[in-house]
Amino acid sequence: MKKQAWLPLLVFLVLVGFLAVGLRLDPRDLPSPLIDRPAPQFALPSVDAMDQVRDSGDLRGQVWLLNVWASWCVACRQEHGALMDFAAQESVPLYGLNYKDRHGDAVRWLRERGDPYVDSFFDGEGRVGIDFGVYGVPETFLIDREGRIRYKHAGPLTPELLRDTILPLIGALGA
Amino acid sequence: MRRAWGIAAGLVLACGLNLSLAAGREARPLAEDPALEARVMEIAEDLRCLVCQNETLAASHAGLAVDLRAQIRERLAAGEDRAQIIDFMVARYGDFILYRPPFQPNTWVLWVGPFVLLALALAIMARVIRQRREQGTGDEASFDEEAPS
Repeated sequence: MKKQAWLPLLVFLVLVGFLAVGLRLDPRDLPSPLIDRPAPQFALPSVDAMDQVRDSGDLRGQVWLLNVWASWCVACRQEHGALMDFAAQESVPLYGLNYKDRHGDAVRWLRERGDPYVDSFFDGEGRVGIDFGVYGVPETFLIDREGRIRYKHAGPLTPELLRDTILPLIGALGA
Repeated sequence: MRRAWGIAAGLVLACGLNLSLAAGREARPLAEDPALEARVMEIAEDLRCLVCQNETLAASHAGLAVDLRAQIRERLAAGEDRAQIIDFMVARYGDFILYRPPFQPNTWVLWVGPFVLLALALAIMARVIRQRREQGTGDEASFDEEAPS
């Protein structure tokens, strides 16, 4: 009888355990199947010069960051400072993927807030975004020398995330 | 002069009508082909909208859902079949995009868990009932023994 009296408490504790873990899970943070896979190849016009088509294959042989952004994206405002700081550190090249934006708005955004990107690819229809499995803006991808995606973050970047996660990863990739 | 104005007004009206017709067509891209649209929706029913996660791609009005439905439409028109399109989506967005999770090692708990819990609950219930019955007869016996005094 004494053993059975503990049973409800045990069930309760197990339930608490599940709920505690559940509270910490972020349903927005989905695992990407693209991790450690080759990054999708694409050729898109540059936001700076729309008549110039740039090929992502040209970036092979170096570690680089791809940040998906848009002028209509509110959370992008939040991370912009962190991106500007990152660019100032000159660790690896930061490229932008301007996702489903209007070109004029994108140019104005970069002029008003500063341009942390070496270059931004203009993905007006969002097709390259779909290839990268983008489901919300901003998202950031770390791509290695062989052109594989090594890390993905959905949501705005923070100085802490850059310092504690992304920069060490870049270091580990030998850049 | 009045006639010229009339013509001008007519032209303006015609342009406006044209524009509104064009806009109407753009809102429903392939309404001319309801059979294709039905197949698009049939596939979209089984896919999850990643923006509003508890909706299917078919039900969602999110921008991404509209884009992904357009992808399905294009791929069907290009002759791809359902399995190829589902593979295309899973390769980009992972298993999460499947509204019905596949039965594989990391989802075994999800699929089997409820039945295990049910079996466990039934087992506990059976044990409790058996114990009560045994205790019940025991109590009666002791009561009977004490009763005569």
